[in-house]
Amino acid sequence: MDKQTVKINVNGTDYEVLAGQNVLEACRSIGIEIPYFCYHPNLKVAGSCRMCLVRIGMPARDRQTGQLVKNADGTPKIAWPPKPSIACGTKVADGMHIVTDDESVESCRKGVIEFLLLNHPLDCPICDKAGECKLQEYAYRYGAGHSRYVENKNVKPKKVEVAGKIMLDAERCIQCSRCIRFSNEFIGRSIFGFVKRGSKTEISVYEGADNTSNYLLNAVDGCPVGALTEKAFRFQMRTWFLKVTDSICGESSAGANTRVWSRENKIYRVTPRTNPEVNEMWMSDSGRYVQSRYDEANRLACASVDASPCDTSYAINRCVEIMKLGGVAIVGNAWQSLEEMYVMKLLADVCGARVHFVSHLGEDDGKLVSADRTPNMRGAFATGLIGEYPKADLSDLAADMESGKVKVVLCFGENILELGISPKLLKKVNVLYCGILKNALSDEAKISVPLRSEFEKDGIWINRQFRAQKFARAVDGPEKSVDDLEFLLTLLREVAGDGFKLPGLSDIRREIGEKIPILKACCDLPPEGELIDGSAWSGIDFPEADAMHFNAGKLKGTKE
Amino acid sequence: MAIVVERKRLSLLERCYLPQIVSGLLITFKNIFKPRVTLEYPDQRPVIPAGYRGAPTLVKDSQGREKCVSCQLCEFVCPSKAIRVTPGEIDPGSPYSHIEKAPKKFEIDMLRCIFCGLCQEACPEKAIVLQDEFSINGLSREDFVRSKQALYAAGGVLPDRIMKWKKVKDNAELGGNR
Repeated sequence: MDKQTVKINVNGTDYEVLAGQNVLEACRSIGIEIPYFCYHPNLKVAGSCRMCLVRIGMPARDRQTGQLVKNADGTPKIAWPPKPSIACGTKVADGMHIVTDDESVESCRKGVIEFLLLNHPLDCPICDKAGECKLQEYAYRYGAGHSRYVENKNVKPKKVEVAGKIMLDAERCIQCSRCIRFSNEFIGRSIFGFVKRGSKTEISVYEGADNTSNYLLNAVDGCPVGALTEKAFRFQMRTWFLKVTDSICGESSAGANTRVWSRENKIYRVTPRTNPEVNEMWMSDSGRYVQSRYDEANRLACASVDASPCDTSYAINRCVEIMKLGGVAIVGNAWQSLEEMYVMKLLADVCGARVHFVSHLGEDDGKLVSADRTPNMRGAFATGLIGEYPKADLSDLAADMESGKVKVVLCFGENILELGISPKLLKKVNVLYCGILKNALSDEAKISVPLRSEFEKDGIWINRQFRAQKFARAVDGPEKSVDDLEFLLTLLREVAGDGFKLPGLSDIRREIGEKIPILKACCDLPPEGELIDGSAWSGIDFPEADAMHFNAGKLKGTKE
Repeated sequence: MAIVVERKRLSLLERCYLPQIVSGLLITFKNIFKPRVTLEYPDQRPVIPAGYRGAPTLVKDSQGREKCVSCQLCEFVCPSKAIRVTPGEIDPGSPYSHIEKAPKKFEIDMLRCIFCGLCQEACPEKAIVLQDEFSINGLSREDFVRSKQALYAAGGVLPDRIMKWKKVKDNAELGGNR
């Protein structure tokens, strides 16, 4: 279907833009920025901030005949209304003339900023929003630069805690109502609301009502000022110090696009990144704290052989020696990246090892936390590592271990002691544990090798929609840890005995693209990811339920 | 390549040698009877002019309130990365809890500081001031990293004309513009 377009004129230049969008989006699509506070592309239009006021005129028509009125030079005469209109609440129409940069529009913006700043506390030095605050940016760009207001400012509630994760400062609020619309439209429940009237209007929460939601912190991201701030990030670091890395949420197979904000190898916060096809502009609150799983206290800090700490390279050499004995089985889970799975598959083929995957299931919330709590199960199918949906325990492996078929278990991140392998059975085999976290198995294992988390490496995950998305390294891994891919490649080289040069990440991606036709896009993924053809696995009963941009019934793997 | 520098050709008077010695000694004798300008440092200390950029310090206002709100602008602007601020929240029991934020830690590495004064210029609270201390010494690298306590001890009090935060509190408690 062809998208319909309309011809508009912005600041004297003609443009052709998609029909049906509002003036603000249309101007943005042609590179003309109109400032706004209350408008949000994923929420209904409120039109409450008046920041996006522009002059909008339509071709004049004769009242009797309905004919277009022409100027003396033959061009259509434009009827300009006496007052400006809001760009967010006006749809573009054919022949529309828009002025965004003349004196009257500038004076509108200056006036709006002055009104918004009348009762604003101007406490940017202590405000966590400073640096990414729309009011700060626009006051600098469009404001008068000084205040004419000499009266006392209004006093409103400050430091109000909401649901244990948000700090509300009503004085900073500019009454844009984004948080109200967000809670009503996305969460589906009224959490925020306005009380009082006029300049005394306050943002408030419903007393005694259920304020808990796993999506509440999106209201913080949406807040254009510092009225809502994240409690966990409160006074931690100013935003301008933080390095932003594009990443993917590892909480579930929903694969929400994220930004990881870090400074000097410390992650300070994780926020959603816009991807209209996956998570729009949202992510779950629990997904924002995934990195706390990898706190130093939980991590496997050092490689060990027979429970005594050693050099990582020595541990890897010992791994190779033991794997060469044969009878290898691989246990893994879908937190590994696509590249690692590809190499894992090569390694399994070389060793003749059977790959046992472990599924991690949870409750599906119908939004951005899906039932499959591993982010890359589709990747395991796509690389051919597994053929059917994995079970939650390892009874097959237990049988193989019992019969003596398996002598070495190469285990990635899973504590097989909790998955149906008894300690007695464990004694019969050599367990090579490689993982991020320490657990009962890492202490018991013959060899343990510390690996890196998704924040510490690059990779690709394939989410529940069969969308391949890449994540990048935000921080360095612990000093003694080894990159998963490097570890797997070293094992492959040594076990296979052909001394190839270790390829880089891009070489592996290229090889995946060449060897696996459906993963051709993986060589060079765009930031928003790319859908791959998942029709080959339409028979598999994936546990995910219908959710945002995901229809469990209809296979979404095929491209339109 | 060697560069040949053209020497100035000496005049006859200069080549005569003795007149030059005499004129040099004249200057020497003139200065013997002039007042002394050399300071017997460290027994004598120089007078520091106003606006001198010595060691950066943190100051308190006339009520003894720490002015710094740990906005970290000084840390950001510091070209030699000498400043390191760890922000924190003011204890709710404090009379200044309405300011919400204060540095938990504030460290300046005096080995890195280049006395440029950009921190003072950037500070929105006039909390960091370069004062007259110019002789900074220590026996180890750690000695040169000044803690928050040391910076406040060196800074003293700088009266605040505006008293912005007091006004905010008075307005909230007494003004009653609710």
